[in-house]
Amino acid sequence: MDLTVSLGTLRLANPLIAASGCFGYGVEYAGAIDLASLGGVAVKGLFLAEREGHPPPRIVETPSGMLNAIGLQGIGVHRFIAEKLPELRRLGAVVFVNICGTTLDEYVELARILSDAEGVAALELNISCPNIKEGGITFGCSLTGTHSVVSAVRKVTRLPVIPKLTPNVTDVASFARAAEEAGADAVSLVNTFLAMAIDVETRRPRLSNIVGGLSGPAIRPIAVRMVYECRQAVRLPIIGMGGIATANDVLEFLIAGASAVQVGTANFVDPLLWGKLIDGLTGYLTRHGIERISDLTGTLDTTKREHAWISS
Amino acid sequence: MLFDIDAAVIENRRLSEDFSVLVLDAPAIAAATKPGQFVMLKPTHSSDPLLRRPFSVFEVIRNSNQTPTAISILNKRTGVGTSLLYEAERGATIGCLGPLGRPFEPVAPPAEAWMVAGGVGLAPFVTLATRLQKLGTPTTLFYGARTAAELYYTGLFEQLGVHTVLATEDGTRGTTGRVTAPLGEALSALGEQNAIKLYVCGPTPMMRAVAALAAEHRRECDVSLEQVMGCGMGGCYSCVVLTRDPGQAPHFVRSCLDGPVFNSRRIVWEALTH
Repeated sequence: MDLTVSLGTLRLANPLIAASGCFGYGVEYAGAIDLASLGGVAVKGLFLAEREGHPPPRIVETPSGMLNAIGLQGIGVHRFIAEKLPELRRLGAVVFVNICGTTLDEYVELARILSDAEGVAALELNISCPNIKEGGITFGCSLTGTHSVVSAVRKVTRLPVIPKLTPNVTDVASFARAAEEAGADAVSLVNTFLAMAIDVETRRPRLSNIVGGLSGPAIRPIAVRMVYECRQAVRLPIIGMGGIATANDVLEFLIAGASAVQVGTANFVDPLLWGKLIDGLTGYLTRHGIERISDLTGTLDTTKREHAWISS
Repeated sequence: MLFDIDAAVIENRRLSEDFSVLVLDAPAIAAATKPGQFVMLKPTHSSDPLLRRPFSVFEVIRNSNQTPTAISILNKRTGVGTSLLYEAERGATIGCLGPLGRPFEPVAPPAEAWMVAGGVGLAPFVTLATRLQKLGTPTTLFYGARTAAELYYTGLFEQLGVHTVLATEDGTRGTTGRVTAPLGEALSALGEQNAIKLYVCGPTPMMRAVAALAAEHRRECDVSLEQVMGCGMGGCYSCVVLTRDPGQAPHFVRSCLDGPVFNSRRIVWEALTH
C-alpha cells in the first residue's frame, strides 16, 4: 500500500501535515510523536522580527469549533533558523515554513533567508491570517496582491511556494487561479473564517482582538466545498484543511480534490491522533482495493444516478 | 513521558452542589506526576465541548503496595465541561492527557514551606504536601474559602503533617475575611533568619496579593497560574502570561510549558486580568 503523495517536486511519506499555528514550531511535540512519521510539519507563521501577539484572551470555544486571535506571536526567522530548525532536521521532519509579511519586501526577504537555510522543504505564504491589521491578508484578499506576492517570492527561491488562501473572499477559486498564474507550486486552503463571539452579560467581546478566526469541525463542510471549487479551477496540487479530525474527514478532502491535508484544531484535542488517521486511511484503502492513496485525489463521482424508485 | 489514557471513572465524590473529586483510573499518569503538574481532560467524545480543559492533579492514589494506580482532580462546576465532569458516573471514561507542565520546586529543611490556597486553588497542594512530607520540610497551609462548608480536605493535610491556618469570608471557620490577613501577620512575625518559601494557587486577586506580600517580605514565591488553555502542549499559544525577565522587555510566555508554576517575580501582575 502506498501512502506517499506528491506536491509538485515535493514527495511526502503520507498526506498528513500538521497545520501552521496549531503545532508550535514542531519541536514541542517531539516528546509525544515521531515528527518523521508525518507527511510534513507546517511551523508557526514567521515574520522577520519577533512578535508578541495579542493579549489574552486569545481563544474562545464555540459550537464544534473555536475562535482564535493569537496575533502571530513568534520568534522571528533568525531565531527559528538558529534555535528550531537544527532540531527539526535531526528529528527528520519535513518542514513547511509558514512566512508572513507586512510588506511584499518582507515576504521576499524571508524567502531569500529561508532558501539559504538547511532543512526547509517548502514555503507556505501566509496571505490569509485574519488577525493582524497590516499586510498578510491584504495580499490574500486581492487577486493582484496574491499574484504579486507569489510571483515576487517565486523569483527568489527554488523551494516549493505554497500560498495559503483565505476563505474570507467571494470566490476562492479565482485566488487559486491567480496563484497558479504567478508560479505557485501548490495552494493550501482554507485558513480560518473571520468570526466573533460576545459575552452578553458584560457586552464585551470574548477575544481581546474583538474578532478572530473560526476553525474546527464547524467549518469543515465549507472548506470541503472550497477545495472542490479550486479543483475545478486549477491544475495545481491542493493542500486541503478545515476541521479535519478523523480519517473520514481526510478522505473527504482528498476525494474533493486535495493531494494532501493539514490537521490543526484536532491536534489540540488529540495530539496523538496521527497514528489513528494513518490506520483509518490504510483501512479504507484495503477495504476499497486501492493501492495508492494519491489515486483518490479528485475522484468525486458527480454522475447523475437513475432513480428507478422515483420514476416507477 | 506523556500519556493519553481513556481513563475510567473509579469514583466521583460530590463534595457539594458545585465541587466534586473525580478519581480516574490512570496508573501511568499517576506514576509520572510531579507536584503541581496538570492533566488535560476531555469529558466527552463529541465535539461539544471541543477542547480539553486543564486540571491540577489533586491526589496521586496508591494501592496497598504503594504503587500509583489512579489520580483525582478537584472539579468546580462552572461551565459545560466542568458540569459533565461533575455529573460523570463510575465506569464512564474521560480522556486524560498528561502529566503536563513545570512542577513546583519543593524546598528541603531547614527551610519551611508555606502553601497558600484559595477555593479550588487547593488542587495542586496535596501532591506538593506529600513530597514535602517525604523531604521532612515543615509545612503550613493557609487556606481560605467563602464559607466553612467549602474548606475541603483539611483533615487530609493534617494527616500529611501540615499545619493549617484557615480563613472564611463569612467567619464560619477560622479567621474572618481573606486568608492573606493571617498570612501577612505570620510573615511580619517571622525572623530574618527563618528561611521559608511560599507556594500559592487561587483566584488572581489573591495570588496578586500574596505575590506583593512575598516581594515586601523578600520571600521566594511560586505561583500556579490557570489560564485559558487550548492544547496544554505548547502548540496553540493561547495560554500566554506576560512575564518580565532581567534585561528583557516584558514578553508573553506559554503557561502550559513555562508554567503553570512560575516564580511570582516573573509575572507582570498588572497585566493579569483573569
